[in-house]
Amino acid sequence: MSTREFVTFRIGEQLFGVSVSEIHDVFRPAGMTPVPLSGSEIAGVLNLRGRIVTAIDARSRLGLKKDAKTGKSQTLAIGVERGGESFGLIIDEIGEVVRLDENALEQNPVNLDATWSWVSRGVCRLEDRLLVIMDIDRMLAGASAEEPAAA
Amino acid sequence: MDDLLSEFLTETAESLDVVDVELVRFESDPSDKATLNNIFRLVHTIKGTCGFIGLPRLESIAHAGETLLGKFRDGALPVTAASVSLVLASIDRIKMLLAHLADAQVEPVGDDRDLIAQLERAAEGSGAIVAPAPPPKPEPVIVSAPEQPPEGEGQWDADQGRFLRPGEVSLADLEAAFLSAEGPEVRETKPATAAAAIEHDEEKKGGIGANTIRVNVNVLESLMTMVSELVLTRNQLMQMLRTSNDSEFKGPLQRLSGITAELQDAVMKTRMQPIGSAWKKLPRIVRDASQDLCKKIDLVMEGEGTELDRQVLELIKDPLTHMIRNSCDHGVERPAERAAAGKSDNGTIRLRAYHEGGHIIVEVSDDGAGLSTERIRRKAVEKGVIDGVEAMAMTDAQVHRLIFAPGFSTAEKVTSISGRGVGMDVVKTNVEQIGGTIDLKSRQGSGTTFVIKIPLTLAIISALIVGVGEQRFALPQLSVLELVRAGKRCEHKIEVINASRVLRLRDRLLPLVSLADVLNLIVDPFNENQLASVVVMQVGETRFGLIVDEVFDTEEIVVKPLAKRLGALSEFSGATILGDGAVIMILDPNGISRSVASMERSVDRLLEEQAAASAAAGAAASAAARTSMLLFSAGGELPRACPLSLVTRLEDLDASRFEPTARGLVVQYRGRLMPLASAGGEIKRSGRQPVLVFSQGESVIGLAVDRILDIVEDVLDIQLSDASPGVLGTAVLKGASTEIIDLGWFLAKADPDWAVAAAQIEAQRGRKRVLLIESHPFFRNLLAPVVTAAGYEVTIAANAEEAKASLAAGQAFDVVLTDADAPQTYPVAGPNVIAISSRTDTQAVPKSDRHALLDAIARAVRQSEMEVGEAA
Repeated sequence: MSTREFVTFRIGEQLFGVSVSEIHDVFRPAGMTPVPLSGSEIAGVLNLRGRIVTAIDARSRLGLKKDAKTGKSQTLAIGVERGGESFGLIIDEIGEVVRLDENALEQNPVNLDATWSWVSRGVCRLEDRLLVIMDIDRMLAGASAEEPAAA
Repeated sequence: MDDLLSEFLTETAESLDVVDVELVRFESDPSDKATLNNIFRLVHTIKGTCGFIGLPRLESIAHAGETLLGKFRDGALPVTAASVSLVLASIDRIKMLLAHLADAQVEPVGDDRDLIAQLERAAEGSGAIVAPAPPPKPEPVIVSAPEQPPEGEGQWDADQGRFLRPGEVSLADLEAAFLSAEGPEVRETKPATAAAAIEHDEEKKGGIGANTIRVNVNVLESLMTMVSELVLTRNQLMQMLRTSNDSEFKGPLQRLSGITAELQDAVMKTRMQPIGSAWKKLPRIVRDASQDLCKKIDLVMEGEGTELDRQVLELIKDPLTHMIRNSCDHGVERPAERAAAGKSDNGTIRLRAYHEGGHIIVEVSDDGAGLSTERIRRKAVEKGVIDGVEAMAMTDAQVHRLIFAPGFSTAEKVTSISGRGVGMDVVKTNVEQIGGTIDLKSRQGSGTTFVIKIPLTLAIISALIVGVGEQRFALPQLSVLELVRAGKRCEHKIEVINASRVLRLRDRLLPLVSLADVLNLIVDPFNENQLASVVVMQVGETRFGLIVDEVFDTEEIVVKPLAKRLGALSEFSGATILGDGAVIMILDPNGISRSVASMERSVDRLLEEQAAASAAAGAAASAAARTSMLLFSAGGELPRACPLSLVTRLEDLDASRFEPTARGLVVQYRGRLMPLASAGGEIKRSGRQPVLVFSQGESVIGLAVDRILDIVEDVLDIQLSDASPGVLGTAVLKGASTEIIDLGWFLAKADPDWAVAAAQIEAQRGRKRVLLIESHPFFRNLLAPVVTAAGYEVTIAANAEEAKASLAAGQAFDVVLTDADAPQTYPVAGPNVIAISSRTDTQAVPKSDRHALLDAIARAVRQSEMEVGEAA
């Protein structure tokens, strides 16, 4: 059986997973410059070792509210390289690397919110909680690229 | 693709470009042996390589071409335009085959017998030359030639008394060739020289091969990126060093800094290419164009070695080609016209490139006829680019620049060379897209010069760093004209016209926008009392001021592209990393200027909405007609205005030429004496005096004003009549109170013949409706404000049809004014109809007598009211 490694991370209350091979690095975003006139999902641009990284606010992308409690959870970003461009997906907390069986992936529940089911490849049942496998490309593309849910 | 093949393709493409240029040069100077040798060598190399790789089609064409060239080189054949065209045609065929080869990796099916036959025939012509007894007519070799050499059959040979056959040369040419040939040993030397050329070729190739290598562009790009990062890291280190006293790292860091700078320079150089590489195709284009157009044009190129960024070079290629074509087509005249103008037959197009302070200047000039100011002016008005008054107020240079206006093409007829609907506006857009500017100078009869200013590179630009609120932005220096401090206590005041801010800058009104508004940033609301920094920008023809909170300094910044997701924002052209490591956005002046324009439009829309709302609220919901008004200042505090349509011309006259007479000042104007009146202020007696010129028939009158302010188009709603003479009332134009002057009063002061008596206006209670039927536009514009100012609502009709339409639309009028001077009579009659005339010898009310006119209207209104009363 084919198994793959996934990095898990938390956005809001939900645990997500992305294949290790899709992630370039994990970094702490600093010195973010907001981009005027851009959508709320664009957190800004920042300098990461001489590269300009476009930071995407995952909470805003998923329609979640901004984190009210600004205490212990320091923001982190997952670095992704796509088509020669660098992106950073801002998350709340990074988890661990888990090895999952491809076959353990279950289809999205039909009652999932349209945006969520668009960015979700499927759901995995972990021992104590559910893990949503994220389609990082769809997550990075704007909401405008979303296809209207057929059913 | 096969490595060998791909290398062959690149190399051959380069060689062919050179051959193109060299051949054109050779044609103009057939005695230049060095050029010919060079061509010969290149063609020979192509032939050799083709044979080696196994490309028979290419090889045979190259061989036939080489044979012909060999004849040229040996002096066995005179060089004619026809034969050079033939060689060029074979070069084109080779290019075509190469293009196919690059796509499909095999030679296309088919053969080139037609072309080869022509080449052979042309070469055989030479056999006749060297042979002691030339046969009178060489036998035509091939009949199946579908393509004729360009001038093959057209040439008349007087000596033989018939047209020449394809490939044949005239007896005169033969004679000339005979005389110029060195002797019979020419033929024997041929193999030797060919061998020498090959040897020389090999030698040179070996030399070049050792010095240059081909590098993939991507490698250079990534080198560039890495160097940019290195520079930033260096800057960070240097900043740290400045703040610490620890000198342990000082020495090594200084060295690192120096090496980094050198490395940056060196890498930048790898991106640089001489501009000449973008010019390679131009001699051929000029040659072909001059043949097509039957003109004689020389192309002179200077500064081919001037280097600029590869990326910029690619983008400038097409605009340059287009401009050269334009110069051939529209610039240089035909030989006959040139001769008539006393110029030499050969026109010259000069292409010049040089560095000037971080920019490359490219000049394209011709010694042709120059631009016809009158024709452009006429055409621009015809095409609706500008209106007549604007056209007259424009200087020649301004008129010339109209050729850059979209949809403008001066060519009277469309030719194959230019004028395909793609005009200079496209060239201008292309140049502006790479942050360049274009301008032109033209003198009728002596030619036109276009000057293009382009940045050296797009990767590194000089930018002004500005701040709004907490954020910093980079503004490309190229579009920044100047920085101005503005505020209440400053020389430059910011004024507000209906929520639009303007800056009075050296007698010009500059529209202002705040960068915070453009970018939708939430900052402290702008306060007119505080000092503001205004960045004056010029984008194309648009000039505007950008209000920013702070201006930092100028920096050389490395432009980094934005993610595609952000690319849709036209306000930004990229981002950059500053020396302190912060990322800032680079503003795109083009995008900003577009959003400035859209803001202006939204203000206009607001005004229209307001006008529509007030019209709807009013009892009579008649559509508010907009009038163009000329705003000027003349004494007094309020600006004054008069209908623009009444003004014939705007002039700036030399006040020292004004002469006093018994009636007042006069000035010599276009061969006539023009009386002058003041519109309120003092008439200057020295320096320049702005004058509005009015004309009616033969007579002209000048109205002196202090300054011409603006032209506004607005709903003319004169709100109250004014007791002061010469003022009809005040109206709100673009949000500011403006006095509408009574032109008649002023003009009567200057010239009593205009006889418009000044009279007090009795404001009418309740708005009565007046229909003014007046055929003459001058009186329409003169009377409408007069009657409006007296409190009537005026509807204007220019002829009987319009009047009928107004009446048929169910509009009831209290009074109708009809023009008694009009050639046709108007189909309206009744007690409330008043005939008006510009003559004084009729029963009609004189148009020029305001008092009498208003009296007559008032009487008619009273009468109709009485009738209504009786009826009730």
